[in-house]
Amino acid sequence: MTLDLLTENEDVTLSRLKKLLSSKEISSVELTKYFLERAKSKDDLGCFLSLTEEEALKQANKADEKIAKGEDAPLLGVPLAIKDVLTTDFGTTTCASKILENYHSPFNATVINKMLDAGAVLYGKTNLDEFAMGSSNENSSFKPVKNPWDTERVPGGSSGGSAAAVAARIAPASLGTDTGGSIRQPAAFCGITGIKPTYGRVSRYGLVAYASSLDQIGPLGLSAEDCALITRVISGKDPLDSTSMEMEVPAFDTEISKDIKGMKVGVPKEYFIDGMQSEVSEALAEAKKVLSDLGAEIVEISLPHTDAAVAAYYIIAPAECSSNLARFDGIKYGYRAEETHDLFDLYAETRSEGFGEEVKRRILIGTYVLSSGYYDAYYLKAQKVRRLIQNDFLQAFEDKCDVILAPTAPTTPFKIGENINDPLAMYLNDIFTIPLNLAGMPGMSLPCGFDGKNLPIGMQLIAGPWQEQRIFNVAHAYQDATDWHTRKPEGV
Amino acid sequence: MQGEYEVVIGLEVHVQLSTASKIFCASSAAYGADPNNNIDPLTFGLPGSLPVLNKQVVESAIMMGLALHCQIRRFNRFARKHYFYPDLPKGYQISQFDEPICEHGNVEIESGDSTRTIGITRIHMEEDAGKNIHDMRTSASLVDLNRAGVPLLEIVSEPDIRSPAEASSYLKKIRQLARYLGVSDGNMEEGSLRCDANVSLRPRGELKFGTRTEIKNINSFKFVERALEYEIARQHATLKKGEPVIQETRLFDSNTGTTHSMRSKEESADYRYFPDPDLPPLVVEESWIQEVGVRMPRLPDDYKKELIDKHGLSEYDAGVLTSERSWVDYFDSTLEICGDAKLACNWITSELFGLLKKEGKEIEESPVKPEDLGTLISLIKKKTVSGKMAKDVFEEMFASGNKPEAIIKDKGLEQITDEDAIRKIVEQAFNDNEAQATQFIEGKDKLHGFFVGQVMKLSKGAANPEITNKLIIAERDKRK
Repeated sequence: MTLDLLTENEDVTLSRLKKLLSSKEISSVELTKYFLERAKSKDDLGCFLSLTEEEALKQANKADEKIAKGEDAPLLGVPLAIKDVLTTDFGTTTCASKILENYHSPFNATVINKMLDAGAVLYGKTNLDEFAMGSSNENSSFKPVKNPWDTERVPGGSSGGSAAAVAARIAPASLGTDTGGSIRQPAAFCGITGIKPTYGRVSRYGLVAYASSLDQIGPLGLSAEDCALITRVISGKDPLDSTSMEMEVPAFDTEISKDIKGMKVGVPKEYFIDGMQSEVSEALAEAKKVLSDLGAEIVEISLPHTDAAVAAYYIIAPAECSSNLARFDGIKYGYRAEETHDLFDLYAETRSEGFGEEVKRRILIGTYVLSSGYYDAYYLKAQKVRRLIQNDFLQAFEDKCDVILAPTAPTTPFKIGENINDPLAMYLNDIFTIPLNLAGMPGMSLPCGFDGKNLPIGMQLIAGPWQEQRIFNVAHAYQDATDWHTRKPEGV
Repeated sequence: MQGEYEVVIGLEVHVQLSTASKIFCASSAAYGADPNNNIDPLTFGLPGSLPVLNKQVVESAIMMGLALHCQIRRFNRFARKHYFYPDLPKGYQISQFDEPICEHGNVEIESGDSTRTIGITRIHMEEDAGKNIHDMRTSASLVDLNRAGVPLLEIVSEPDIRSPAEASSYLKKIRQLARYLGVSDGNMEEGSLRCDANVSLRPRGELKFGTRTEIKNINSFKFVERALEYEIARQHATLKKGEPVIQETRLFDSNTGTTHSMRSKEESADYRYFPDPDLPPLVVEESWIQEVGVRMPRLPDDYKKELIDKHGLSEYDAGVLTSERSWVDYFDSTLEICGDAKLACNWITSELFGLLKKEGKEIEESPVKPEDLGTLISLIKKKTVSGKMAKDVFEEMFASGNKPEAIIKDKGLEQITDEDAIRKIVEQAFNDNEAQATQFIEGKDKLHGFFVGQVMKLSKGAANPEITNKLIIAERDKRK
């Protein structure tokens, strides 16, 4: 492969790839092979669990035929990577779990169909924390993912494979899922852009559920613009998902270049806590200045119930997880323990052997908090806290600001193995991302600097329900004014 | 019942709804398909599948709720009920927990010669489980998921039922209503109607309930009474011995007619109910309830009252006709043509039911359409055909499915009502039987019947009996 799309000043952004494809400078098949080759040569990063080469080349051929006929579609011929928690009727869908190791789904997730309809070429399923539970991708049953900026460090999680693949330019963009920060935190750790849309914006049909009321699918890419395009493609009411909402889908990408003069940017004081890495706060302070220079008005706001979010999340999410994962019982599909002597044993052994430690921990927590006698004290209380957190956001957007600016994670990427035996320290990593999932609000992480070790720092832009356009506009203006998002890890 | 003890019974009835598709997916809900034919990703509990509520189920629940005089809940939620079993593919059943769609209702049932009102605690919507089949030959357990996801209404009564006979009467009433409303076929053999019973005894006059047992697996009207009778006797004997009744779930064995312990209260499962996050709250607007109410067919009790008050039918006849909606529908269509409720009722309950029973057919399969029966009755009223002949015509209609007019014409069964024609036949009868005629004229009145017989014989039964009577008297008087 002599093709090299990556030079000092050139990157594999979607707009560039689309231009190369439509001008026929490169075919979709060539482009697909290019990314497949890159994925194979950088296999040691652990980004992919499977490559769907044959299927992808078929899709690419079809795209090339369409391009030849002069047809167009938003993602026509563009190869993209998919988190392996989204079902595809080709290849396997494993959720990075032993229990689904060789599972073949008979149907595509709605987002997969939407991507294919938009002409995308889906060439691989990316690694993740098992069933999307984790913040470091160390919980994958198959292999960890390494951070392309420092391979001794984690890429974040749970969409670690999707984020690292984009950072390493193994994929121009990818789909991830975000239940408590699983798109935004790895995007921050890998120095890329990723958005979790409003809950209900994107159909969850075919997303293997972790916590149904929190899960949402979104893109990870090299820029806000790339994310806007994919968000437009995957959004919309789906009759197969009762929690998806009938809301107009704006043309996020074409409406992206808007002046943000006069836009009120709220900065919540609760998001700047003791123990936070100082370089993160400094980068955020810089970002405030940039936005202010662009004409935005920075206002201090308060989201008073922020400190209860992690606790509420680690009741609600495990509760739903314990229920959603009950179906993996060894009866119908997936892993089944051998030589069990009765039904109870079959269940117990299958689930003990099939699930990893973190998944089992959350199933146990969830089972406990839903048990009769504990339900009111835990689950019901957590739901009340959730409502308070939601009200915090709604109040802020009503009274004070148009978007909120906050750090994505309190630190830059930590070392592989550093937090794995300390679940609480690990859980606190999501302290700034979790509140949005509880509130259902959209939020994006985008690069805003680097620390002393040249590790990326991410900032979060948060908007009210269905207000993703504001996030895209502010992020785009910011990325027009800065170049953090264009930096590549060494060796890429 | 049991002398010094009063029986307290509450029933939980599961009504399987006859919707085309399942409660949360598009698979067919029909009974009787080959195993695992009515399945799809959700029924199979595949990863990534999601439930979408079938609105028809909600409307069935609203109808049933209105028929049972319930309050309909405006803000509904579905809950997940968790337990592990191979016939439960998701590891939970989607049901309703503390927010059922219908509450606080009641229903009037027959109890001996009078009626009693039984309170309805709640009605909720839920999905059925699949079926485990244990293959004796291979000692393997097989799972058929056709039934998984078929919609059910669970109807819970207050502990207002006081005898096994009342329990059976209550169950019949629920079945009748469900069939009337068209929400279920109520077929107990196919499991469309299943029932669990809670039963306890308490000393007469005592207000506090005794310890109850729950009997599961009751699947016929006969078994409801037998299971309860057995269980009441068992509890009675236990109490008489001075022993306590243990709160437990007991399984009815229809082969032995006995119940045996399945699990005690201590062993009861913790279902870990919580609101299903895949299904947004279901809001039932007042306008929806009204719209469903308008579409609701008339209920048997209203119908029965109308049959008695407006059409003058007896309590018994009205009760028979309204026991099935298909019967009263048939009656309605017959009445529309003939306009004579009593005749229509008699023909349906005696002639039609008799033939249907002989052929083992349901009324829906009747070869005689109600319009044709209506026409036949009209022809009787117009004296085109005599009542006696009409029975032959009816049998022919039943056998051939032909129209009554055609049969009457073909067989020349049309009644003779022309007086001149009948008079000629009467004269011939007198002339042919001189001896009897003389006796009759001289005052032997009982020979009247003889001459009627003769006229009928000569006319092949076609002479109108009333006119024949009249003309025989006239002929006698003329010849005096």
